[in-house]
Amino acid sequence: MLIRSPADIPLSEITPPEIYRERRRFMQGMGALAAGAALGAAADAGAGVKLAGVRPGAYRLDEDKTPYKDVTTYNNFYEFGTGKGDPAKNAGSLITHPWTVAIEGEVGNPMVYDIDALLKLAPLEERVYRMRCVEGWSMVIPWVGFPLREIIRRAAPTGNARYVEFVTLNDPRQMPGQRSRVLDWPYVEGLRLDEAMHPLTLLAVGLYGEVLPNQNGAPLRLVVPWKYGFKNAKSIVKIRFVEKPPLTAWMRAAPREYGFYSNVNPQVDHPRWSQAKERRIGEFRKRDTLMFNGYGDQVASLYRGMDLKKFF
Amino acid sequence: MGAALRNLKFWIFGICLLPLLRLLVLGGSGGLGANPIEFITRSTGTWTLVGLLLTLSVTPLRRLSGRADFIRYRRMLGLFTFFYAGLHFVTYIWLDQFFDPAAIAKDIVKRPFITVGFTAFVLLIPLALTSTHAMMRRLGRRWQLLHRLIYLIALLGVIHFLWLVKKDLTEPLIYAAVLALLLIVRLPWGVALRQTARNRFASARFQGGKMAGDGAERRS
Repeated sequence: MLIRSPADIPLSEITPPEIYRERRRFMQGMGALAAGAALGAAADAGAGVKLAGVRPGAYRLDEDKTPYKDVTTYNNFYEFGTGKGDPAKNAGSLITHPWTVAIEGEVGNPMVYDIDALLKLAPLEERVYRMRCVEGWSMVIPWVGFPLREIIRRAAPTGNARYVEFVTLNDPRQMPGQRSRVLDWPYVEGLRLDEAMHPLTLLAVGLYGEVLPNQNGAPLRLVVPWKYGFKNAKSIVKIRFVEKPPLTAWMRAAPREYGFYSNVNPQVDHPRWSQAKERRIGEFRKRDTLMFNGYGDQVASLYRGMDLKKFF
Repeated sequence: MGAALRNLKFWIFGICLLPLLRLLVLGGSGGLGANPIEFITRSTGTWTLVGLLLTLSVTPLRRLSGRADFIRYRRMLGLFTFFYAGLHFVTYIWLDQFFDPAAIAKDIVKRPFITVGFTAFVLLIPLALTSTHAMMRRLGRRWQLLHRLIYLIALLGVIHFLWLVKKDLTEPLIYAAVLALLLIVRLPWGVALRQTARNRFASARFQGGKMAGDGAERRS
């Protein structure tokens, strides 16, 4: 069963996950393509289990959700390869259980959470968010998770904690893409503490009511809907509270192209392409990109007085 | 029909249509993935680059193998390159930008990778228009001069690819390496290198015995 809200018209157009997986199993059973079967078999390990006790959250959208199949087969997750289809093919090697997340740095309560404990830390809710990739495409995804502030509150940041750093697992045996030096591993992302504390900032553990598929950043990932997609660190193992802005993976790779804030902003182009429009996956015509990805009412005040061309 | 099947040109023509056929089949069966327009753009762009490099390999291959008749297939390869470049361009104008002149003009002026890609496409047009025998005769010496533009076009094509990728340069660098090789064998010392290679090749064939007579007939 999916968690549905009455506002969602196009459920008929969404392939239900159970049917999608049924097809997958059928295809794997056929073994028609040796390679296809070998690649496809393990990708959903752990995923697809329905999450219990998920409440519908306050954040809904009156926009069509992107089909489950597209959300789980069109991904940027360079730890599993740079092609959009690579994560779905290769992420089967990621072991998401057992898993721990270390909370450290400028906090009163440093600790290491077990993933099972984290899942019970706060009530899980479903939130439908827009996701805008820096490459110019977007999706609408029903995430399951809880606000990051639930963890921050318990960690009790000290007065020195100004920024939060997120670190993704670094293990080339589980993440074959890390054998290539395309980025400086591990993947690091960061937020200002007030951004991290913002009620919209979500730690997601699932999508479409189910456990997060590996290729989408299992077992837990960040979702900051008013920023470009790459800010959403996946498969997080460490959350560090620090005094200085963290040097993120993309800033290290291309400082002129990717800034610390990376807020969705149609007026500030990427140096090599326009950010004025986006293609919503599943749609034909491009649509206008919204300031702060349409979340300006909630987050614009965070950046009052800042030159967003300078702090891109 | 039998004669057609024995004609290499017929087969090359068919092979050159396969990338288009693949797109049509995938499009008909919903196999273009979550972002079909990106898929089509990437695919037609890739095959344009492959076409450019294949066209540029004709002369070195001809010299290396001593088979002068290879030249007969060069025009077709060149025109197929133009065909896929045209599809690539139309995909961008129509499917990607949906004939939005303001957005397209802004893209061409402001986005370096679009600028070089667009330039390369525009430069291909006179080459396609002057590809006929009549035009070759009419232009005489100037024909070859004009068609040397292909070196610049290929270079722009590779730069277009290099500049558009977000981070992983592997694929565009492969095209860059092949292009570099194809250009180097045209340089004076590259020509010397090629001759050595051909001599080795020829002597190997000679020692092979069987092919020796075959090779001797050919212009060296």
